[in-house]
Amino acid sequence: MEEKVLMKGNEALARAAIEAGCRFFFGYPITPQTEVAAYMAKQMPKIGGTFLQAESEVAAINMVYGAAGAGARVLTSSSSPGVSLKSEGISYIAGSDLPCVICNIVRGGPGLGGIQPAQSDYFQATKGGGHGDYHMIVLAPCSVQEMVNLVKEAFDLADYYRMPVMIMGDGMLGQMMEPVSFGSYKSSKELAEKTWATTGTKLERKRNIINSLYITPEELEKLVVERYKKYDTIIESEARSEEYMCEDADIIIAAYGTIARVSKTAIKRARDKGLKVGLIRPITLWPFDKKPFEKYSEKVKSFLTVEMSMGQMIEDVKLAVSGKAPVEFYGRTGGMIPTPEEILEKLENMMGGER
Amino acid sequence: MATFKRPHSLTDITLHYCPGCNHGIVHRLVAETIDELGIEGTTVGVAPVGCAVFAYNYFECDMQEAAHGRAPAVATGIKRVNPDNVVFTYQGDGDLAAIGTAETVHAAARGENITVIFINNAIYGMTGGQMAPTTLPGQVTQTSPYGRDVQTQGYPLKICEMLSTLDGVALAERCAVNNIKNITETKKAIKKAFQNQIDKKGFSIIEVLSTCPTNWGLSPVEALKWLEENMIPYYPLGVYKDKDGDK
Amino acid sequence: MATHEIILAGFGGQGILFAGKLLAYCGMVSDKELSWLPSYGPEMRGGTCNCHVILSDEPVSSPLITKPTILFAMNQPSLEKFEGKVAPGGFIIYDSSLIASGVTRTDVTGVALPATQLAHEMNESKLANMILMGSLIKHTGIIDIETVKKALTKVVPAKKPELYDVNLNCILKGMEN
Repeated sequence: MEEKVLMKGNEALARAAIEAGCRFFFGYPITPQTEVAAYMAKQMPKIGGTFLQAESEVAAINMVYGAAGAGARVLTSSSSPGVSLKSEGISYIAGSDLPCVICNIVRGGPGLGGIQPAQSDYFQATKGGGHGDYHMIVLAPCSVQEMVNLVKEAFDLADYYRMPVMIMGDGMLGQMMEPVSFGSYKSSKELAEKTWATTGTKLERKRNIINSLYITPEELEKLVVERYKKYDTIIESEARSEEYMCEDADIIIAAYGTIARVSKTAIKRARDKGLKVGLIRPITLWPFDKKPFEKYSEKVKSFLTVEMSMGQMIEDVKLAVSGKAPVEFYGRTGGMIPTPEEILEKLENMMGGER
Repeated sequence: MATFKRPHSLTDITLHYCPGCNHGIVHRLVAETIDELGIEGTTVGVAPVGCAVFAYNYFECDMQEAAHGRAPAVATGIKRVNPDNVVFTYQGDGDLAAIGTAETVHAAARGENITVIFINNAIYGMTGGQMAPTTLPGQVTQTSPYGRDVQTQGYPLKICEMLSTLDGVALAERCAVNNIKNITETKKAIKKAFQNQIDKKGFSIIEVLSTCPTNWGLSPVEALKWLEENMIPYYPLGVYKDKDGDK
Repeated sequence: MATHEIILAGFGGQGILFAGKLLAYCGMVSDKELSWLPSYGPEMRGGTCNCHVILSDEPVSSPLITKPTILFAMNQPSLEKFEGKVAPGGFIIYDSSLIASGVTRTDVTGVALPATQLAHEMNESKLANMILMGSLIKHTGIIDIETVKKALTKVVPAKKPELYDVNLNCILKGMEN
């Protein structure tokens, strides 16, 4: 077995990107993801790659656009306020069918907010952020190891579907260290050559144009509808989640990222007290994996969504449960983290009525 | 016998520009340059948002359309991936000198090895004639209906003068295409700006003073006269920075 | 090994994160499951600073510790903040050179060590953290010294190998107390 190393989530993210063949990083410093840029600044020159500290997040995402359009595997990373700035560019990238990977190590908002971990950018990541009809694939790792695996996969997904993929972590995941191995990911997708890239025609082919402007509404509608057919395929084949102790559960917690791990601790303690609690952990936030919710919605007494926000993913949980069971919420926000004790108390209150 | 022909690097698509607009001339000069340098197969252009937004339709090379003001950042991405490509941006005054000032200045400061063609016509054309960062003091536009009042609306940006202070800039030159002599000068400047990139000299910008008869409310001929009498005195033509020093 | 949930806390600059990293690497070299979660942000610049380290035989669920089994406190505010959170039967070690009050709880074990004073006496004023760590290891037995030695090779910067002996001496000094 390959030897494990102890690494911060942010550094592991950066190394995984390099191992995935990413040789271009454009970014702007922001807490709590700056280690990504620092790692890239150190490593990229050694392997003939490019690290460029842009003048703003806006410039950085547009450099990503240019580099992706030129056919490269390219990464940018930021944290919440910076991702707001990148949202314009992300819309253009989606509208031009360009592949790239964007990391958001989420901190508390709105505005400058704070710098402590949060999940309050769920809507921004899964429902838009930028303007127009578009989606990104959004992957939410819960450990440093899963961060590594998903970053590598993100580049394949981006190239395969020709679209932006977001890795959504939080300050906790970015800053924490865990043992991690880098060798385990194998691509399952056959990737086509990027014949659409603007690499110069060499006078051997027709010119390639990277563009999202279609002034004729009929033409634009047709393109967007085509893109949504692709999204349907992705919903069908890429939605993913982890189930934990759901089989006999009376209450199933829905939580993603690090807070799913905090929830697991609460679940163990609840089980010690005789409460049957399970967990569904969405791994892809978009597409949202409805299937496990549909499967259990008639078996459980209720669902509990736990988030580091005022309640954003709960809307997708409710859509998936479709009124077949109550969906309750517990969350902290602004950089506060729900503790296992708080979650346990909420679970006990929910079960309280019949005990 | 020489025949006047469309440069190969211009597509056979009819330009959408207004009568008397200078964009067509500058497009042609850029295309001639690409032909003459034999770089059509390696050139990648970046189109702006503004009147030249459809420039990606007109150049017979790979093109990317950038978000408003972001062309130098997009060009940076392209150039960093394939340094052997010749990468140029084609931008207007709103795109380059208002919303995209930061991208322009920083690409220049980095000495990004790209070529920037900057059309300065002192007005926003595509949106219908609003005040630009380069609108002259006293100039009437839709959003300076009483003439640009420098007390409240500030002064125009002199881009070549500004950029000439930066060490990363190889060439900053201001030209015009209002007469044959100036067109010839502009062609030379554009060609030098592309050659600089091939020679890896760094950031080159050619500012071309241009007319906008439609939004200036003048006939094409009057517009040329207005440019000579008003714009050139405020924005003197010439080389503001040339790293080679052969000024 | 049971699960050890350790909070290390003190002022920025006292080497709290480094001490936590040493524990994390002890987990690495003995093939344990582990997590290391630092506080971060402006508070790192001279303010209070803490670090959560979990060492376990099972995969770590919550990396955030709310009921530490061990508290390693290097200043007064840290002891005040975390003493009440220590699990019953838990262990608290603190630097009595910097903390005037003691452990008030009776359901936990409290050990005081004048680590900063001992560090000054050794002319290693910045290594009170390692002296306190030595004492922690001795009193809790959560790891043995051979494991610590292996882990220390991983946390000492490759460019400054001389720091290995300096740190180890301080740990050994702490183990005498």
